[in-house]
Amino acid sequence: MTAPATKGSAGLRTTPARAPTLGGFADGTLITLALGAVILWFAPSGMGRYGTYVLSLWLVMAIAVMGLNLTLGYAGLKSLAQAAFMGIGAYITALLTTKTGISWYAAFAISGIATFAVGLLLGFPALRVKAHYLAFVTLAFSTLVWLVMRNEQWLTGGVFGLSNIPRPSLFGFKLDGALAFHRFVVVVTFLLAVLLWWMIRSPWGRAFTALRENPIRAASLGIDTRMYTLLAFAIGSAYAGFAGALYAPLVEFIDPSPFSLSQSFFLLLMVVAGGAGYLLGPFIGALLGVVLPEWLRFAGSLYLIIFAAIVMLLLIACPQGMSGLIERGWAWITGKNKAGGGR
Amino acid sequence: MDPGAPLRCGRDDASRSNATLNEPSENTAMAEFIAYLIAGVATGAIYALAAIGFTLVWQTSQTINFAQGEFVMLPAVLVLLAIKLFGAPIWLAAIIGIAAFILIFGVGFKIAVVDPMIRHGVLPLAIATMALSIIMKEGAKDGFSAEAQNFPSFVPTDTLSIFGAAISLQHLAIIAVAFAVIGALQWFVGGTRLGRQMQATAQNPTVARILGIPVERMVLLTFVINAALAVVASVLISPIYLAKFSNGEVIGLFAFIAAIVGGFNQVRGALVGGLIVGIVDSLAAGYFSSQYKLAVPLVLLIIIILLKPEGLMGRREERRV
Amino acid sequence: MSQVLEVTNLHKAFGGIKAVNGVSFSVNEGEILGIIGPNGCGKSTLFNCILGQLEPTEGSVKLDGREVTNMRPSELNRLGVSRTFQLLQVFPELTVRENLILAGQEHQGSMLSRFFGARDAGLGEAADRMISFFKLGHLIDAKAGGLSYGQQKLLDAAMAFMAGPRLVLLDEPAGGVNLTMLGDLKERLRAINAEQGSTFVVIEHNMDFVMSLCTRVLVLAEGKVLAEGTPAEVRANPAVIEAYLGH
Repeated sequence: MTAPATKGSAGLRTTPARAPTLGGFADGTLITLALGAVILWFAPSGMGRYGTYVLSLWLVMAIAVMGLNLTLGYAGLKSLAQAAFMGIGAYITALLTTKTGISWYAAFAISGIATFAVGLLLGFPALRVKAHYLAFVTLAFSTLVWLVMRNEQWLTGGVFGLSNIPRPSLFGFKLDGALAFHRFVVVVTFLLAVLLWWMIRSPWGRAFTALRENPIRAASLGIDTRMYTLLAFAIGSAYAGFAGALYAPLVEFIDPSPFSLSQSFFLLLMVVAGGAGYLLGPFIGALLGVVLPEWLRFAGSLYLIIFAAIVMLLLIACPQGMSGLIERGWAWITGKNKAGGGR
Repeated sequence: MDPGAPLRCGRDDASRSNATLNEPSENTAMAEFIAYLIAGVATGAIYALAAIGFTLVWQTSQTINFAQGEFVMLPAVLVLLAIKLFGAPIWLAAIIGIAAFILIFGVGFKIAVVDPMIRHGVLPLAIATMALSIIMKEGAKDGFSAEAQNFPSFVPTDTLSIFGAAISLQHLAIIAVAFAVIGALQWFVGGTRLGRQMQATAQNPTVARILGIPVERMVLLTFVINAALAVVASVLISPIYLAKFSNGEVIGLFAFIAAIVGGFNQVRGALVGGLIVGIVDSLAAGYFSSQYKLAVPLVLLIIIILLKPEGLMGRREERRV
Repeated sequence: MSQVLEVTNLHKAFGGIKAVNGVSFSVNEGEILGIIGPNGCGKSTLFNCILGQLEPTEGSVKLDGREVTNMRPSELNRLGVSRTFQLLQVFPELTVRENLILAGQEHQGSMLSRFFGARDAGLGEAADRMISFFKLGHLIDAKAGGLSYGQQKLLDAAMAFMAGPRLVLLDEPAGGVNLTMLGDLKERLRAINAEQGSTFVVIEHNMDFVMSLCTRVLVLAEGKVLAEGTPAEVRANPAVIEAYLGH
């Protein structure tokens, strides 16, 4: 308990040795991301069209879950409109590329910017009051978006949706084939994940963590909690917009059903299942939520029920989700970190 | 998967009855307005029941129950299920279904979901209720039916003519029952020892504990009351909107809106909020657009949050960040 | 000597209860002002009103002659007002170093530079210096949540100084700290006061701590200023003796 007499020596050990901190972990994260990207680049060989499609779908959903992970896992906000934002991105991209002939890249950017802007517009009034108001505002917004998608047939095609959504090309190469497009999705996902990784390591990420853990103290340290909360939500929403912009050409047909309120709930559960606040969590969450049921040929209500039940059990036993379980398992295997876990 | 569906089917049903109501040509605009108003008060009273339970549970245990709509959807489904499975007569089925519901989703919800989850904080608990809502909804779809089912009404589906307006007996019965239940709840909260203890717990659990109130038991009581209110709402609304697994989405949404419009932390506010939402909803369907009638309460919510975020009956919060 | 903080006729009522009832005082540059008073005399409410956490019913707060009443806590902090809380408020999931960087990062650069710039916002060394100044250098990479109570308390105080504040409001810095650390803390506070020229306002129950640290003491009772003066004057004031010792 006594304060150490040495002053200088400990303080001199500055930047280089920082292995056990968040920094070391995040570098591991980046390596994992890069390795994952390489594996996924080659993975579909021999998987066939459908298998490749499922892998791409996994990544696209993971992008939406990543965004929600920023909102929920890092900033502690409940957004119930992630699927709606994804829908906005998907419809913008589908409409722009089919009806105006704009390139996919421009449509992708517009989808992100539009969802970011809508996030700001929604978040500003809601977060002015109390953080949990955001949940209700996004809940209402989600329903509104769904109504527009279903009812505005002249624009969205209503329940019949929009079809023949073209896939982009890269430097003149057509990406129409399942494998080519899959590799494109791998690259985009990797870039978006690295961007998020960078953000989480930057002072922004620290501020996000601070305002989740203790907003009042954070404000007393000069952190503009309102601005950071709003940013986290808007960026998280923009990721959904990006995911939508990839989803539309992947599926080549969109209708309102994958963007309903239930889907937004489902995306939240994926965040929690993967591990809220872990950068790699969304990939695990989307794997459990999207890929597993496809491979098990087990989609539909029953899988939803089982998935939701598992998430509830996880929430009781290990609120850090699968990432937390893996971390615990790793600590157990290496036989350290029993007591001073900090959590 | 389809938040519009329950209302679509409900609306078809209501507009069908409206069509028959509106046939007599002496129906004036005024009479039509009164009919919409009564229908709005009736559905509003049901939203109020759901919103009151939601508010109570929120106050006593910080539980934002995102499954509140499913809580209203499920009792009717359970009753129908009891009829289907055991061939039970309606009254027996009602008792079985309702008792099972209150036991599982009043007591069980508190013990199995809220208690273990609240240790980790409000956020995991809120997410757990979302998971619960999915389980309830998909369970009703798989275990019961994906289609809307008729639910027996306890009053005849006749209409009364009042001032030339054709008023559905069902609506009147809903209003009567809902208000009786809310009145009884008010009496219980304000007029009995147990009720006052519960109210004290809701207002400040810490102080209540110091005063020797069995806080845990009071919290459990609010969960039971919430389940009971959901049952009443379910039995009242299902003859009109039919029993369908996806009904909870809109009911839940409107209950949240009612709670926020009313002030989020007051039973009285939830009642006023529910009525406003119900009336706005009904008038919007009548005069605005049946496709977008759902949007009107949503816009109401956004206006309230912009202009009077503490709700119509709520007090402004002090602490700022 | 200029006035850093000037509080004029501050009132705060909760419903019918007047927690702060017309308090006026000022703090000069470089001073260490102690605020004492029995429990429930309105000390913490006063702090919260000054710092924008609560909205005063009436009255004004000026920082260096500038009106700052009702300013948001984060803006006020960026103007150089820093604080600690009565209850411990460090970020348990972050390391000690990151807690300190966090406390300084919003005081420099722009939102963009905080995104694209260095991870430690250029504060790594400052954080290291600050933590060794508080003799916690060996814990720099430990998670704050794993520290002992006393260590967290020191970290809490260190965070308040990271941005080189003009005015620091400390809410019971000595609460729950053992004797050895108490000495450290006092010594550190004095050193910062002398070296950085920071001005302090300290709420404290520990009389010895206040009387030996502060240059001037303000006594609150029932939401009002009961007495004011040097520690010696206050100690000799009959009204204070009565308020504290009863009849």
